[in-house]
Amino acid sequence: MTLSVRISHPFPAFRLDVDLEAPEGVTAIFGPSGAGKTTIINAVAGLFLPHSGCITSRGATFFDSDRRINLPTQKRQVGYVFQDHRLFPHLDVKANLNFGRRARKIGENRADFDRIVSMLGLEQLLGRSPFALSGGEKQRVAIGRALLSAPEVLLLDEPLASLDQMRRQEILPYLERLRDEARLPILYVSHSVSEVARLSNQVLVIDQGQQSVLGPVGDVFAHPHAAGRMGAEDLGAVLFAKVHAHHSDGVTELASAGGRLFLPKTNADIGAFQRVRIRAQDVMLSRQKPEQISALNVLSGTIVDISKDPDQSGKGVLVRVRCGDDLLLSRITLRSLNALDLRVGEPIYAVLKTVSVARGDVGQG
Amino acid sequence: MMADPFLSAESWYAVFLSLRVSLLATLCSLPLAVWVAYLLARKDFFGKQVLNGLVHLPLVLPPVVTGYLLLLSFGRRSGVGQFLEQFGIEFAFRWTGAALAAAVMAFPLIVRAIRLAIEAVDPKLEEAAATLGGGRFFVFRTVTLPLIMPGVIAGSVLGFAKAMGEFGATITFVSNIPGETQTVPSAIYAFLQVPGREGDVIKLVVLSILLAMGALMASEWLARRQVRGMQGQ
Repeated sequence: MTLSVRISHPFPAFRLDVDLEAPEGVTAIFGPSGAGKTTIINAVAGLFLPHSGCITSRGATFFDSDRRINLPTQKRQVGYVFQDHRLFPHLDVKANLNFGRRARKIGENRADFDRIVSMLGLEQLLGRSPFALSGGEKQRVAIGRALLSAPEVLLLDEPLASLDQMRRQEILPYLERLRDEARLPILYVSHSVSEVARLSNQVLVIDQGQQSVLGPVGDVFAHPHAAGRMGAEDLGAVLFAKVHAHHSDGVTELASAGGRLFLPKTNADIGAFQRVRIRAQDVMLSRQKPEQISALNVLSGTIVDISKDPDQSGKGVLVRVRCGDDLLLSRITLRSLNALDLRVGEPIYAVLKTVSVARGDVGQG
Repeated sequence: MMADPFLSAESWYAVFLSLRVSLLATLCSLPLAVWVAYLLARKDFFGKQVLNGLVHLPLVLPPVVTGYLLLLSFGRRSGVGQFLEQFGIEFAFRWTGAALAAAVMAFPLIVRAIRLAIEAVDPKLEEAAATLGGGRFFVFRTVTLPLIMPGVIAGSVLGFAKAMGEFGATITFVSNIPGETQTVPSAIYAFLQVPGREGDVIKLVVLSILLAMGALMASEWLARRQVRGMQGQ
């Protein structure tokens, strides 16, 4: 069940070129506004006709410029969650959810319906009109509606962009479940670093229509070039770790490939996989193993490379440290770099304060 | 017919004919009006401005001119008239002709109301419906049509009222034959020409006002019920 997208299209301002294989799980399409992200998923949905290329899903050809194939939107089995929920105002939640089944003339599947309704927590909303829903609820219904239309591909266009921070935190866990349970290729368009870090398995970084980096989330987030697209403050590595223990003093201990991580207490089960985003500017570097220090996390590793700070001011540098199998990013000043005389290949200790990891930066693996 | 204490047989006929003519004119032009409104609101095609002009022409043309054009096109001597006569359909100087004249005059008003309603529907909703697997007709039936229903109702009432009041085109096209083509406005006009029939005139006037008010209130009620249904209360 792989989605393959290879398209190019000349726009007045730039040229869009994308070559992407999306397996099951979330492929985030990340980039600044106006980079052509939404155009890519619109092309998959048949809402945008690219100049040339080929789009196939599970053996079905959606679009092929050489063979002059362009399947109309309603014949492509895609579920689309728009930035604005686009619920049908004249139908209640239940009728909105069942719209796809009616349109595709597939009988109602009680089990599917119940599963998706409970996954998204919609039980209490079924009889309501879209007018009576909050922004977060509307977006959850929109996700359910797309899922219930029996899609082979799921497209999400900044589904959290229109929501405030509270609502985002409310929906993120549902999206994590969706990623882990839906067994579909999901294209997730976003310009939010934290959402991408939290949700994606694979990341495509796009800028001015050009595909600059494509790879697993851990690699892309530690990739110096991709890092340049994220902004100095948002920059950071994504680590995967297993919950080892919850301590009574409000700290959760996780086991990562690079060593033990102590984070603010989560409610994840022992043994569950978590992903942690560690901002580059929160990571300190030390030549010697620091002792009698308040920071709980001291990871030993090796310097992989040193590159210029993405904000181009010339005042900072970005140091990549390999700790076990994981890559960490640290953003330090040029002055510190020179003072410590850091070089590629040397051993180093990375230091991280527990409290600098925000609650929203830890999610299901 | 027995003498009616309230209205003369002639007047009664005029009232029933007007109702029949207006209802037929409205109902028959409604599907076409929805289609034309949809084309004008959502499609770009060659000759769109011409179609738009043709639809709206009866609104700005003197009704007598419209009536005369109808007579020229559908009269017994015209090609169309002769063709339709073979199937037993006659318009000139028949009540069906009054319905045709009323329909032509009401059409621009109905199209206008529905077109505005369609333009108010966000095409993004139709796009969303297509991503859920809805074909064009399915999407129209299940999304667009329910959302424009208040506009369709408003347009129909407006058209019905216009048809009830239509005079110039009707009298030119089908004349003013009592018991055949004499609608309420034609009857009022005819009674005004004869001394001593002011009583009949007043009665018809009052009846016209009542019918018009009734239609307006019915449309308000329908539109409100529609909106309430949409908000799920």
